[in-house]
Amino acid sequence: MSRRMLSNAEAQERASEQRNYLWGFALALILTLIPFGVAAYADWQPLHLYLLIGACALVQVVVHFRCFLHITLSRNKREDLQLILFTVLILSIMVGGTLWILFNLYYRMMPDMLP
Amino acid sequence: MSALTARQTAATDAPARHPGINLGHAHREGEESREEMVFGFWVFMMSDMILFGLLFATYVTMLGGTAGGPGPKELFDMRGAFFETMLLLVSSFTFGMASLALKYRDDRRALVGWLLITLLLGLGFVAHELYDFHKMFEAGGVPSRSGFLSAFFSLVPLHGLHVSVACVWLIALLGQLAVHGLDAQTKNGLIRLAILWHFLDIVWIGIFSLVYLGGLA
Repeated sequence: MSRRMLSNAEAQERASEQRNYLWGFALALILTLIPFGVAAYADWQPLHLYLLIGACALVQVVVHFRCFLHITLSRNKREDLQLILFTVLILSIMVGGTLWILFNLYYRMMPDMLP
Repeated sequence: MSALTARQTAATDAPARHPGINLGHAHREGEESREEMVFGFWVFMMSDMILFGLLFATYVTMLGGTAGGPGPKELFDMRGAFFETMLLLVSSFTFGMASLALKYRDDRRALVGWLLITLLLGLGFVAHELYDFHKMFEAGGVPSRSGFLSAFFSLVPLHGLHVSVACVWLIALLGQLAVHGLDAQTKNGLIRLAILWHFLDIVWIGIFSLVYLGGLA
């Protein structure tokens, strides 16, 4: 048996899932090329560049979760999404606290360490 | 024949049961255990995300700690980072195609073909990363040189180690495919590896944005 016979509905589903992956790939590609291109060829101020890189990275993470890991807003997958959001909450507390404490320490005691 | 009609009458927009690709009604066997296993694996991925997130934070706090040694601008190479990014992104896409081949086709040829392409891209990524580290070592960027380099070498090679282990897992799954065929366990393994693979690509987005592009900007 070389290829499973797909019913019409299955063939449609397959096409839509394939489109999903293609869209994900195309968007991720664009969102990668923009920051690399600007960082390599354009002469932007560092602050603007950081903002662009950060924004592209955030959107690309969402695209990857949506298109490759199939995390959507539909009801039955809420658990997975909630786990991500909870992890992000924990992370933001720990990362934010680390950065706050250490950079405050640097500012007061070790100004050389400030980048 | 009855199996075929059962497939055809099954609702195709069945609710998704877990992250990653859902195989749906054509792959009933082992479905209950699959949901639990994939969810457990998802929890593990989230704990891995915490680990990477904290290493990112450590890296940022160590950015100023070059101790007179080489910094990002002397050590990083944008072309290498771009090449690695492309390898990993394309491998994520080819793994997606492998997942579709697993879901919608019974022949193993397309599945194994996509998996082999993915494996080659993954190995190419690891090889190029090792080459990058080698160049950094030659330029004096060894982990013991400064706090900045220690933080770099605990973050980026950890991701590379994850990719290497994922490649080993992929080879093991190809062996399982060859010996046992597409049974329920092999399918479960492939679904989980797909999640790991796509997740590692997400971590790499953080690395190329923050470490490489942020360091070179």
